[in-house]
Order: sequence, then structure tokens, then C-alpha cells
Amino acid sequence: MHRRHWLFAAVGALALGFTTPIATAQQKPVKIGFSMALTGGLAGGGKAALIAMEIWRDDVNGKGGLLGRPVELVYYDDATQGANVPGIYTKLLEVDKVDLVVSGYGTNLIAPAMPIIMRKKLVFPALFGLGANEEFKYDRYFQIMPAGPEPKLDWSRGFFELAMSQNPKPRSVAIVAADAEFALNAAEGARANAKKVGLNIVYDKTYPPATTDFTPIVRAIQATSPDIVYVGSYPPDSVGMVKAANEIGLKAKMFGGGMVGLQFAAIQKNLGPLLNGVVNYDFWVPEPTLTFPGVNEFLAKYRVAAKDKGVDPFGHYLPPYAYAYLEVLGQAVEATKSLDHGKLAAYMHKTTFDTVVGKVKFGKNGEWARTRTLQVQFRNVQADNLDQFAGPGKRIVLYPKEWKSGDIVYPFKQ
Amino acid sequence: MRPAPFWGSLIAALVAGVVLTETVANEYTYNALYVVLQAMLMAIAWNILGGFTGYVNFGSAGFFAVGAYTTVALHKGFGLPLPLMILAAAVVCGLIGLGLGYLTLRLKGVYFAIATLAMAIVIETLVNNWSYVGGAKGYYVLTPEQHLWFDSYIQMLFMVMLLLTLAAVAVSRALSSSRLGRGLAAIRDDEVAAECAGVPTLRLKLVSTTVMGAMMGVAGAPFPYFVTFVDPLSAFNLFIAVNAIAMPMIGGTAHWLGPVVGAVLVGSVQEVVKVNVSSELNVLLVGIMLVAFITLAPQGIVGLARGYLRRRAP
Amino acid sequence: MLSADLLANAVVAGILLGGFYAAVAIGLAIVFGQLDIVNIAHPAFIIVGAYVAYILNSLFGFDPVLTGLAAAPAFFLCGALVYRIYFLAFERTGQESLSGLAFFFGVMFIIEVSLILVYGVDYRLVQAGYIGQTWTIGFVDLPLRMLVPCAISVALTLGVYLYMSRTFMGRAIQAVAQDRLALQLMGADPVRIKQWAFGLGIATAAIAGSLLIVIGPVEPSVGRLYIGRAFAIVVLGGMGSIPGMFVAALLLGVIESIVATFFGPSWAPAVSFGVLGLTLALRPAGLFGRS
Repeated sequence: MHRRHWLFAAVGALALGFTTPIATAQQKPVKIGFSMALTGGLAGGGKAALIAMEIWRDDVNGKGGLLGRPVELVYYDDATQGANVPGIYTKLLEVDKVDLVVSGYGTNLIAPAMPIIMRKKLVFPALFGLGANEEFKYDRYFQIMPAGPEPKLDWSRGFFELAMSQNPKPRSVAIVAADAEFALNAAEGARANAKKVGLNIVYDKTYPPATTDFTPIVRAIQATSPDIVYVGSYPPDSVGMVKAANEIGLKAKMFGGGMVGLQFAAIQKNLGPLLNGVVNYDFWVPEPTLTFPGVNEFLAKYRVAAKDKGVDPFGHYLPPYAYAYLEVLGQAVEATKSLDHGKLAAYMHKTTFDTVVGKVKFGKNGEWARTRTLQVQFRNVQADNLDQFAGPGKRIVLYPKEWKSGDIVYPFKQ
Repeated sequence: MRPAPFWGSLIAALVAGVVLTETVANEYTYNALYVVLQAMLMAIAWNILGGFTGYVNFGSAGFFAVGAYTTVALHKGFGLPLPLMILAAAVVCGLIGLGLGYLTLRLKGVYFAIATLAMAIVIETLVNNWSYVGGAKGYYVLTPEQHLWFDSYIQMLFMVMLLLTLAAVAVSRALSSSRLGRGLAAIRDDEVAAECAGVPTLRLKLVSTTVMGAMMGVAGAPFPYFVTFVDPLSAFNLFIAVNAIAMPMIGGTAHWLGPVVGAVLVGSVQEVVKVNVSSELNVLLVGIMLVAFITLAPQGIVGLARGYLRRRAP
Repeated sequence: MLSADLLANAVVAGILLGGFYAAVAIGLAIVFGQLDIVNIAHPAFIIVGAYVAYILNSLFGFDPVLTGLAAAPAFFLCGALVYRIYFLAFERTGQESLSGLAFFFGVMFIIEVSLILVYGVDYRLVQAGYIGQTWTIGFVDLPLRMLVPCAISVALTLGVYLYMSRTFMGRAIQAVAQDRLALQLMGADPVRIKQWAFGLGIATAAIAGSLLIVIGPVEPSVGRLYIGRAFAIVVLGGMGSIPGMFVAALLLGVIESIVATFFGPSWAPAVSFGVLGLTLALRPAGLFGRS
């Protein structure tokens, strides 16, 4: 048995050696542990998030660390496999003995960690999982994605409110989604919202993620003549859907809603003018109404760090929030002057934080007390131009009202 | 291996497992061991059809996932205890294995392999569209409160998997050294000749597919409890299918010990790499190990060892 | 909802898609269909082809399809090299199929990881003049983004078919598949011929990759999605038959398209692979296969 302990100690030391930056640590560092998707389907976001988190760590250490101790990030790649997550968090807690934990990226990777986290009663800031706490109802879960108190409904609420505020009102909606966790949840919310506002759902189908050609799907949607179309999709399908909609001339008045991928620079550049008119969700865009203190400085640092790393060069989507979910944790630690998870949780529930993504206030279920899921419309996008997306004017915020930077152009197809 | 040493080692392994649970509280140990044992069980199961009988199964993930989703369906409908779920998974997947055997009667070699792949994809599509078990949205299985006399739930899962794997080793050995096993080997070497010699090839093939199916289902049954959130992506994972083939190949397909050795080696390397190095390297490592071992030791590690022992014998 | 124009468009879209599938499967039809080499890494080579097209397109603005054709000879040499290794390790010792399968699994992973390490996991796309345009004939739409790949694929299939049936090397490849010993007795070197055939198969991957990235975004693990389809098409069409493979590819494309249009896209894989399973059960030699 001794040999086994020795082996694990050696393995733990190896792990530290691999993940510790050259810290001039005279004191024991504060270790923050997590899993992150660095390979597999969500790696594009995961790698970008990690870059942001390392910027936070360097910023904090540059100012003296947390509680006067240097911060160290201890992380492992979960390869977008939920099955790897329980083992990783068990190792982080039992072997690496981290002081704090945060989640990986995506519901598939957040949920498997919950039982372990809940058993140890740890504070758990989470990164972009739609409604991941609905089954667990854990009171120390804090979701940085600004979905809102009713995540699945709040997600698409703006889209439908915008639609119904037009004159004449649309009467029918087509809902299409990828057969995968997030998209299906978004579609479920869309369905509920549609019924609430009295829209007739004329198409409601899902497609397998391996679909190559979206033309038949878009054509089938067209055949039902919907007034608006709500799509829940992942990056490759989002591209396919936008291209197919363009190629067959989809005659809907509003198109978009829950399409992941339209927030990524490479895809925006490639789709170019095809995006004009599309109304889609987003969480941060470089519009004048959203220039929160610190966000532009952060993005500048990100742009430098992300060069040549094969990730999104601008980092508008996930990175600011990855920075923020560590910010709220760090601020809570400094304010309570402790690493006691009970005190941290209590503080995080009652405080409104100031972060690079603005003011953050959590509700009882760990979601944002007020939604800030933006509905954004692409406008005046030029072809083959990456830099146009670095600044304002191309993604106009339509909803919610307090962040609005322009009015909707409706119908979407001229 | 003669009976006495064999059963002795099995019991020793079991005892070692129990002692481990009494002495080591570190949960990570059990997590890692569970993953390796699960892979070992899949490898042993695959080898029964692949190694002993010579029929390559590409659709291992399908059986594993059906085992996992049987648990999900029963959990949602009846809330049965784990042992019953394992039994149910064995029955369901055994039946599917039997069905697979019947439908692929006339298929040989690579056609059979493609048929298993087709079957796995069809099953995956069915599960994706079955909203009762959550479909593509996934299903949550909250960790139960009680874990008998163990320190934690993962310890109990580890013991369960250990028992199941040891049972599978025993079954595998029994199959290989029995008349049944010799019949399977005859099918693997030359099916037509075997038929001419009077071997009941159809019946043996059906036994083979059924046992393999049942074992894989059993491997998948505790998975929802292990991972808490089950969705088709994680259950029908390519890695499960690849490991089920790679581990017996690296360990040696002709002998019942092969998948065990292969699983221990490959599984441990994967676990260590997973929590120490970047995970891209994990995939690379599997690739390199596969290529290296297959090229240099086509008979697997067990085959190498046997060759060595044979040369040493007087 | 069954209207004439919806049906016609569904069938046409299916044909265009199926045509593309043929480009994906043709390399495998040569290597697996005729030589029984289970090259499960073929889709991975296709992804490499897609990345080559991406690099040349983003650096120099070259048309992706042309880069595919230009890269084909380099891929040919690469394929010949891979076959050499495979032969020295397995075929010479007679350990084929299962060991070969494991070998190619390993190759697939190595290729995928190398791409990730060099290019990362962000999606890559290309720009070309014809992407986004649509020709319309009556009520039938032909998006060029699908039409061009289909047309190239038809040309490729035709080219390979003529090569196989008219040239000496092509016929030698078919001969090796049918009766290796007889070929040896006639003085030809089966190993060199198989090497040539394997190189040819990988060369088609360069072209298929460029077509893939024209149709949609690519990242290193996308190849895995095509493994099942590629093998299914070859088996469905009948091992060793190029025309059979093409018909099977079209069939698969049309089935997917019709199911997606009229019933629900999420059932498409089940239907496609169900058809495959049925064919295997009823007529294992495939549509055009040699029994």
C-alpha cells in the first residue's frame, strides 16, 4: 500500500510540474482545479477559455495573488468526454488537493462533476451549461452564462418578443435543432415560448449532427411557409443552414435564434454578407452599449495570447466569461478573506460583482438573476473581411432593452 | 493454466480488491480502476467473438450503450437496484447478440464487421430519437445515497465491476478450454473445414455472439451511475469500440489472458496520460501503441510470452 | 406535403450529395473493395486533403478544387509509402485483415492528432467564387456549392473506371484482386501493383478532401463521421465494382435526402444503414458485386 501512495504522490508531483507556471512562490499557492475540453468537439471554445483563464491568473498574480498567495491553475483535458470528468475532479480533490474548483465548458462536462462537488459541498462556478443545475438544484452552483433565472425559456425569449413586436405580427414558426444536448434544450425553450405568444408551430424537427447537406432540411422548412424560423445548431451545421437558406432563397421574415458558431470570427468572415439580417443569440459584442470597464483591455491581451494557437482570434464569445467566472471567485475570496466554501457561497449569492462582462448578480438557483442573453442582428457585413468584426456596427444589439444599440430590420430577406 | 492456480489467482484478486477498499480511501484510485476494469470487461467480451471465433465486431459501443440505456430505462420506470439492472442488461444485450448472430448467418469476414457497424449506427439513431430515456438531450442519474458498507459510492461501483470482470475472466477461460472453445477455434481457422468435420458452426456462432453481447451489456449497465449524465455521445463513444479491439490485439487474441494483459497495459497508460499530459497526446499514444505493437508483436504480448517460453523449454 | 417540386428537389439534392459521397468512397473502393485492405484511416487522409486545400486557399487564394488535383500526386507518393510499411509489417507475414485494421486505426489517430497539434481545433472554411451561387432549372435548384463537387466526383469516378478497365496498370490491379498467384506466374510483381493501387486510393483522398471543405467547415475529427458511410457504400455497391460503388453512393444520398425532407432528418442514418443491413442480409455481394 505504501508503494501505491508513493506512486500517486509522484504522479501528483508530475502533474504539478506540468501545469505550474514558473511561480516565485515562497508561500503555498492557492490552487484552482478544473477540467477543460482541449480536444474533441468543444475544444475550440475550451482552448479559448483556457487562454482567458491564464490571463486572469497572470493578472491576479501580478497584483500579489489571492490572499497574498500566488494562484495556480491545475487542469486536465476532459476531451469533451463526460466519462472522463468524475475521474478528473476526484483526482483534483483527492490527489492534487486543490483549494477551489470551477467547471469545464458545456453541460456534458459540467453535470458529471456535480455529484462529487455536491458531496464535498464546494462552491462551483460553472461555464456555459444550459440549465445544468435544474436536476441537481445545488445551492453552491454559480453559472456565468447570462441565460437568466429560467435558462431554457430566457434563452429564446428575446427572439420571440422581437418577432411579436413587429407589425403585422408573424403567425407561424418553424423550429429546427441538432440532435444534441444544447440545441435540443434551446428548441424546447423555443417551443414553449412560441406557444406562449400564440404562434403556430408548422415545422418541428431535429437532424443528426453528422448531416452534410442542409438543403433538403431548409427546403422542407420552406414548404411549410413559416413566418419565422428558429434554429438550434452547432458550428458546422450553423454554417450549413445559413448557406442553404441563402442558396434556396428562404422566404422567412426572421431567421436564427440559437445558432452556435455565428459568434466565431473564422465563421463570420467566411459567411460574410450571408449573415446580414440573421438574428441570433450572443453574450458580448463590441457595441458601444457593452463597453464594460476592463473588457477591451482584456480582449487586447487575449488577441495577443491567442495568436497562432488555432483558436478564435478575437475571443468575443467565451473568453470574457471564462475570465469573469474566475473573477467572481477571486473577488469572493478576497472579500471574505477565506477559502471556506460556506462563506464564499453566501457572499456570492448576495453580492453584485463588477467584472469584465459588467455587473453580475446570481439568483437562488445559481443562474443570473436577470437574463442578459442578447439578440443580435448582423448588418452591413462585407465579404472576406475579418477585422470588421473587431469593432461596432456589424452586430447590432436588439434585446434586452437596456443594452439595445439599434432597431431590427424586418423582414430579414430583402 | 491449470484449475487450481487459476481459481487461486481469481480469489487472490478479489481479496486484494476487498483489502484495497478497506485501506485506501482516496477515491481517485477507484475511479481509475473502474475505468480500466470496464475496458477489460469489454475487451474480454470482444475477444470471445473476435479472438476465439475470428469474427470482428465493429459495433461494440452499441452493446455497451444498450446496457447503459437499459439501466436508464429501468431507473426511470421502476427504480430497480443495481444488481437487477445488470441482470436485465445482460438479458437484453444477450438477446441482441443472438439476433445479430441470426441476421448475419451467411456473412463472413469484413462483411460481418460492416454489418456490426451498421447495427451500432441504427441502434444509436433509435436511442437518439427515444425521448423516454432523454434521447440526444441526455439523462441524469443522481448518485444514490446508500453504498452498503463501503466508504463511498465509487468504491462500491469498483467492487461491482471487479466481481463482474473476474466472472467474465472465468467464463472466458471456461469457454476457451472446453469443447465449445475448440469448436470456436476450428471456426476461426477454417470455417468450411470445420463444418465438414461436423462442428455445429451455427450453434457455436450464436453462443459466441450471445455471450459477447451479454458481457458487453453488463459492462455498460453501471455506466450511468458512474458518469451521472448519460447521452448518446458518451455511451456510443468511438473510443470504447476502439479499445475493445485494440486491447485484445495488443494483449493477444488467441488466449483468454490476452485481453486482460492488454487492458491492464493500455488502460493504465491511458489513465496516467489522461491526468498528467495533454489529452491530444493521449490519442496519439493510443495510435502509436497500436501501430507499434501490431507491427512488432502481431500475436500480442501473450503470444510473445508464449513464444519465449516455448523457446526456453527443453 | 408531397408536392412535385419538393420531391424533385429532394431527389436532385440527394444525387448531388451522393455524387460527393462517391468521391469519399472511391479510394476505399480501390483499396478495400478490390484489395481487401481495411484502410479505416482513409477519411483521415481526406481531412488532410481538406487542410491542404484550406492552406493554399487562405494563403494564395487558389481554388480549392484545383489544389486538390494539384496535391494528388504528392498524396499518391504518400499512399505508396504507407502501403510499403503495411506490406513489410503484415502482408509479407500473412497477418492481414485484423492486424491491418488495428494498424490503420493507429494511423488514423496519429493523423488526427498531428493535425490538431499543428492547426488546432478551430473550424476551417474556404472561399471560392462559385460557393453561394445557385443555378435554377425550372423548379429545381442546383446550388453550385454541391454541384461542383458532384461534377468533379463524377469525372473522378469516370477517370478511375476508365483507368481500371483500359490501362495496363488498371487491369493489373483488378488481376491482383482476382488471382494474385496467376498474376505472379505471368511475371508481374503483385506488391508493386498493390502499392500503385494504394497510392491511387490515397490520391483520390486529396481530391475528396478539397471537395469536402467546399461543401462545409472542416476540423480534424470530422473524418470519423465518414468512416461508416464510406465502408457502407463500398460494401453496398459490391466489392470490386466501381460503377456499383457510384450507384450505391447516389442511392445513399437520395435516401438521406428524401428521409430528411419528408420524414425527419434524425431518422436518416437509421434508414441508410438499415438499407445496408438489409442488403447484407439478402444479397451480401452487394448490388454489383462479384459473388
